[in-house]
Amino acid sequence: MSTFLEAVIRGLGTGSVYALLALGFVIIYKATSVISFAQPALMLSGAVVTSYLVPAMGVVLFTGFSFFFSVAVAAIITAILALVIERLAIRPMVGKAVFVVAIITLGIDIAVRVVVNGFIGLGARPIGFPWGLDRVTILGLDVQIRHLVMMGTVTLVVTALYLFFQRSRYGLAMRAAAFDQEAAMTMGVSVGGVFALSWAIAGALAAIAGSLLATGAGVDRQLWIVALVALPAIILGGLDSLEGAVVGGLLIGVAEALVGSYQRDLAPWLGDNVALVSPYILMLAVLLVRPYGIFGTPEVRRV
Amino acid sequence: MTTTTRPGTAKVSTKVSGRPGFYRSYSQELALFNTRPKQVGVAAVVVLGLLGPFVLEDALLRTLAIAFVFAIGALGLNIVTGLAGQVSLGHAFFLGIGAYTAAAISGDPDGRTIGFGIEEMWVWLPASGLVAAAFGVAVAPLATRLRGLYLAIVTLGLVFIGEHVFREWSHLTGGAGVGRSAATPQLFGFDFSQGTEMFSREQQLYLLMFVLMLVFALGARNLARSRVGRAFSAVRDRDMAAEMMSIDLPRTKALAFGISSFYAGCAGGLLYTVSGFFDPASFNLLLSVQFIAMVLIGGAGTVGGTIAGALFVSLLPTLTRELPNFIPLISRQVTETPNVFQVEQVLYGLLIVVFLLFEPRGLYGIWVRVRTYWKSWPFSY
Repeated sequence: MSTFLEAVIRGLGTGSVYALLALGFVIIYKATSVISFAQPALMLSGAVVTSYLVPAMGVVLFTGFSFFFSVAVAAIITAILALVIERLAIRPMVGKAVFVVAIITLGIDIAVRVVVNGFIGLGARPIGFPWGLDRVTILGLDVQIRHLVMMGTVTLVVTALYLFFQRSRYGLAMRAAAFDQEAAMTMGVSVGGVFALSWAIAGALAAIAGSLLATGAGVDRQLWIVALVALPAIILGGLDSLEGAVVGGLLIGVAEALVGSYQRDLAPWLGDNVALVSPYILMLAVLLVRPYGIFGTPEVRRV
Repeated sequence: MTTTTRPGTAKVSTKVSGRPGFYRSYSQELALFNTRPKQVGVAAVVVLGLLGPFVLEDALLRTLAIAFVFAIGALGLNIVTGLAGQVSLGHAFFLGIGAYTAAAISGDPDGRTIGFGIEEMWVWLPASGLVAAAFGVAVAPLATRLRGLYLAIVTLGLVFIGEHVFREWSHLTGGAGVGRSAATPQLFGFDFSQGTEMFSREQQLYLLMFVLMLVFALGARNLARSRVGRAFSAVRDRDMAAEMMSIDLPRTKALAFGISSFYAGCAGGLLYTVSGFFDPASFNLLLSVQFIAMVLIGGAGTVGGTIAGALFVSLLPTLTRELPNFIPLISRQVTETPNVFQVEQVLYGLLIVVFLLFEPRGLYGIWVRVRTYWKSWPFSY
């Protein structure tokens, strides 16, 4: 039982990071109806910026605080990077086929990632997470502190996002633009501004997610693949649903952790590392039943 | 200009001198090579291609042979994405299936990996295509329910699942980092991978791949003008309208995936054979993206453009390897930055972006522009 519960907590930890990434995808999708395949690059660059900032900050600030402060700064820097990408490559493509724009983001992803890899070097860069891989015992369960930090951070970020969308002018503008772009424009909403804002938010979320993920083994060149795990999460939840992104992310995280703990005993013939592909298998299974995810709105087709 | 309502019976009017080749009848417009410049152009390319082995060095021939195989795969992706409008990021998966099917059929029956010892190419090549096509059709039930970006993500999932299977099923693939020997390119007892007195190994493989590419290109071009191909285009342009015209959407999409996967499977088998070694983990997302780059850089929906794009993308590494000679800042060593491999990857990414931003019709579009310019010269319209 404790193995099961520990796996679930581990899954909720990584799952909440997937939720952050998935939120980024969904926010961009809702605003521009494009899936940004550049999220992995943004996530990686956020993590790299954090890994450079923490040692620099460590002189000024005390240990526990420098990590979180660096993550916040990295989020802002990555948001600016996302803004630049949006301005240069995405804005000129407004009105073109969504697939074309999606492929553009794929190209950007490759280019940015190669540049960022240059800053990582060959091995892994430590991220300066104050607790490392330390564990605590809660109610008899052996839990890594970093998973608790992940859950805490994500709860905070999701609350902030909720307040932003519900209470602020800009959040209202974004909701309006997502609902009906033309109507929003006639009401004085700058749709271009909404596009830019959605990219900036997604970039910031990706940076936070990347930094949190790297708390385990540090930043290495393979970290970006994790960002793609958020894709099954948004498909599970539904491409256009923010709640779906969070739920999907958590579900994927838990499923992955459970497969990771039990597959070796139950189905060893599947080979090692099935956990890594389990999100995709889960996605295919769900899509056979619900083509638009759990919370997604089915596309209305009109002639 | 004569007009006629009955295709095929048009009176061919005498050619007005100085005019470019117009279509003179419906049947001519639908013909395989419908204008004189196209006929001449294709003939010239074929002759040039056949001259290749006699003038080029072996190293370049080898690269070109691989480029031709990439072109076959890109033609496949062009059918499903350029022609039928179904986004597929899963091309590498089908390539991998083809490669290992071919290797298994041709492989040594007593070896450490699965093998059936049938080395004849006319057996393993269609077989690798058919097995990949079977997987393509098996994916189709999902593909037909989904559209646009949902489909892109699902096909992306295929690549990850495939990569895992290839890595773990070492009985078939030889395992990561080890690999297995590729299929033998043997046709009616003649082994193309063994050099003879007249031709070296590279020259033979080049010629074989060139001819195969022509066959596949002809097939793709023919498909595009057939009933099925026109149904594909209708689905791409507006699937609802296509459905109204009584095109069976699920069937058409499944067919597009099947044919595309067939091409990918054949390309996979050939690619493995030409390059000799393939790590099971190389059938990954990057390979899929490279194929997308080929189709988009070349010009989606066109056969000539796709081949040009494939040649361009596969020869890009050869070009970037030359860069350190001109820009000393770029290193040849993997351990230093910036190195040629990084430049190469950045170029893939940026070329996709730049082409889509500025010339969405790709190399083919540039060609069309040049052609139009000379057609209407000295007037700019």
